Amino acid sequence: MSKNKKNIDIYSASHSQLIWMNFKKHKLAMTAAGVLIAIYIVSIFCGFFSPMDPQEYSQMRTYQPPQRIRFFDEEGFNFRPFVYGYQGSRDMETLRRIYEIDKSKKFPIYFFVEGYEYKLLGLFETNIHFFGTKDGYLHLLGTDSMGRDVFSRILYGGRISTSIGFIGVIISFFLGITLGGIAGLYGGIVDNIIQRIIELIRSIPKIPLWMGLSAALPSSWSPLKVYAGIVAILALIAWTGLARIVRSKFLSLKNEDFVVLARLSGASESRLIIKHMVPAFLSHIIASLTLNIPQMIISETSLSFLGIGLRPPVISWGVLLQTAQSIKTVALAPWLLTPGVAVIVTVLAFNFVGDGLRDAADPYSTGR
Amino acid sequence: MAKFIIKRMINIIPLLILISIISFAIIQLPPGDFISSYIARLQQMGEMVGPEQAEQLRNRYGLDQPVYVQYLKWMKGVLTGDFGFSFDWQQPVSEVIGERLALTLVLTLSTTIFVWIVGFLIGLYSATHQYSIGDYIVTFFGFIGLATPNFMLALILMWIAYAYFGQNVGGLFSPEYLSAPWSIGRVIDLIKHLWIPVIITGTAGTAGLIRIFRANLLDELGKPYVATARAKGLSELKLIFKYPVRIALIPFVATVGWTLPKLISSATITSVVLSLPTAGPVLLRALQNQDMFLAGSFILLLSVLTVVGTLISDILLAWVDPRISYN
Repeated sequence: MSKNKKNIDIYSASHSQLIWMNFKKHKLAMTAAGVLIAIYIVSIFCGFFSPMDPQEYSQMRTYQPPQRIRFFDEEGFNFRPFVYGYQGSRDMETLRRIYEIDKSKKFPIYFFVEGYEYKLLGLFETNIHFFGTKDGYLHLLGTDSMGRDVFSRILYGGRISTSIGFIGVIISFFLGITLGGIAGLYGGIVDNIIQRIIELIRSIPKIPLWMGLSAALPSSWSPLKVYAGIVAILALIAWTGLARIVRSKFLSLKNEDFVVLARLSGASESRLIIKHMVPAFLSHIIASLTLNIPQMIISETSLSFLGIGLRPPVISWGVLLQTAQSIKTVALAPWLLTPGVAVIVTVLAFNFVGDGLRDAADPYSTGR
Repeated sequence: MAKFIIKRMINIIPLLILISIISFAIIQLPPGDFISSYIARLQQMGEMVGPEQAEQLRNRYGLDQPVYVQYLKWMKGVLTGDFGFSFDWQQPVSEVIGERLALTLVLTLSTTIFVWIVGFLIGLYSATHQYSIGDYIVTFFGFIGLATPNFMLALILMWIAYAYFGQNVGGLFSPEYLSAPWSIGRVIDLIKHLWIPVIITGTAGTAGLIRIFRANLLDELGKPYVATARAKGLSELKLIFKYPVRIALIPFVATVGWTLPKLISSATITSVVLSLPTAGPVLLRALQNQDMFLAGSFILLLSVLTVVGTLISDILLAWVDPRISYN
């Protein structure tokens, strides 16, 4: 009975319902989608989730190792988790700061605790944080060369890094679908020109080209302008792949039976495109967009890491990794590499979701 | 076939011209001309540069002329092997570039070979052992390899080597060979150092190729002719290598076209992190210091390298797969 019901569903389900059904079967992609949603929520509300002020520095706590969350102290189990403070001192030979756990300083962790002031979504001023300590400090992933909290900085970096991928992809989506559509629909000279442009852009190695373009952004620009400039540069190069897909889809669909029939029945050109052709490959486009976002994130990270992308005081994962450029620093403070873990997890999640979408995008295909 | 090759080569010429225009545009992009930034730097170092001297410099590099004249001048120089003058290095660009470009080529070619061999072997293994533990491990590392930015991998490897083995893995030569003239000893030293950047640069490419090859081979192995051959008692080894592998290899060859730009790209970043004597670090420094003739020449030459590589891969593809029409 239940099997029968499912069959009926398949026959009457809409295109998007079918895609969703296929996608749901993909366990890895579903998990990855959950991870992505979590990453974006944390990034959007980074002020709320970060226990420390990302710009607050302290000379007394430079390169402090991560503090472990503990439940047990000398007296046994504590219901409320806590961290120990560190006793910092300076090694007189190497002049480095060295830290020892100081069990007399015990900072319990509270939820919805009052901390530094920030603006939720950039609008509402508040000082409530998801978790944190009432007094003392909490550096879950240690501190950097200026004693700033790496964990909070990763959350703030996520806001920039993940949004760059998103906005960049939206721009390249419009460029790709317009130019690819024009090339595929009208053919002829226009097609030829667009094809040559795509070929040209693709034949120049990306990173040297990116480097050249982003180095040309004036250093006097405000961080916001640089952000926009980097997004534009990334999108300017990324649209080509999409345009190619759109073009080939239009070319192959143009002579499909259902399109010819619609044309014969007197459908207008715009109706043909919007109603009949675009829905037939929209899912493919979305899948390849999803696979494009991680590449943009990696590109931004690489550029900022090299020092020609975003610049401090803007916080992005690439900017954070810039502090880990010297191997001596990394050996001294390996936790400075943790922003890279954030990059890898995000990119992996996007890749899994993209793969799942690509497999689900063609719900009418048989097999697999 | 000869006709096809000639046609492709003619096709490339306008592409090269456009690339040279883009490279020149990049030289021109930064606000102000490079003479101003050069003079600013000279003044920072305490040298006095008068306005007439600045004018003289501008004249010498044709900066008072319209842009297209400057471009033509630069192109004329490039075609005769004169890429202009690097202010940062106080040397002609061609001298700065020479060996670095050669080493970039060596690095990229070795990486390509590495990517191909490893991608082929692992892809073959994981396709013929689908859903085995080995296949899952390979797939897992493939995903990680695709998701890890090159420079992260370089950093992590360097950190491990430094922290646990006390070794510095940067560079392409041991100190004693650093500025030595070329000799057999230096070549051997180069090979000893080359494998680390090759692995780092090649990881993402290898991971991509494994995925493609595995999928292709699996498609092919599921076809009826394979079942027929198996039913007739053909040995498993012969069965796989006789047809399925050959057919699955065709898209493999086709990917060289995009592998090369990717490898050159990732080699650029890897060499910055590992401070290799290749194009990457110099290009970065040139861009940061607005040493624009040097930067433009690097971008131009790297692009030309890519285009030529793509051409070779196209010709190879036509040669491997006779079904491709030469038109």
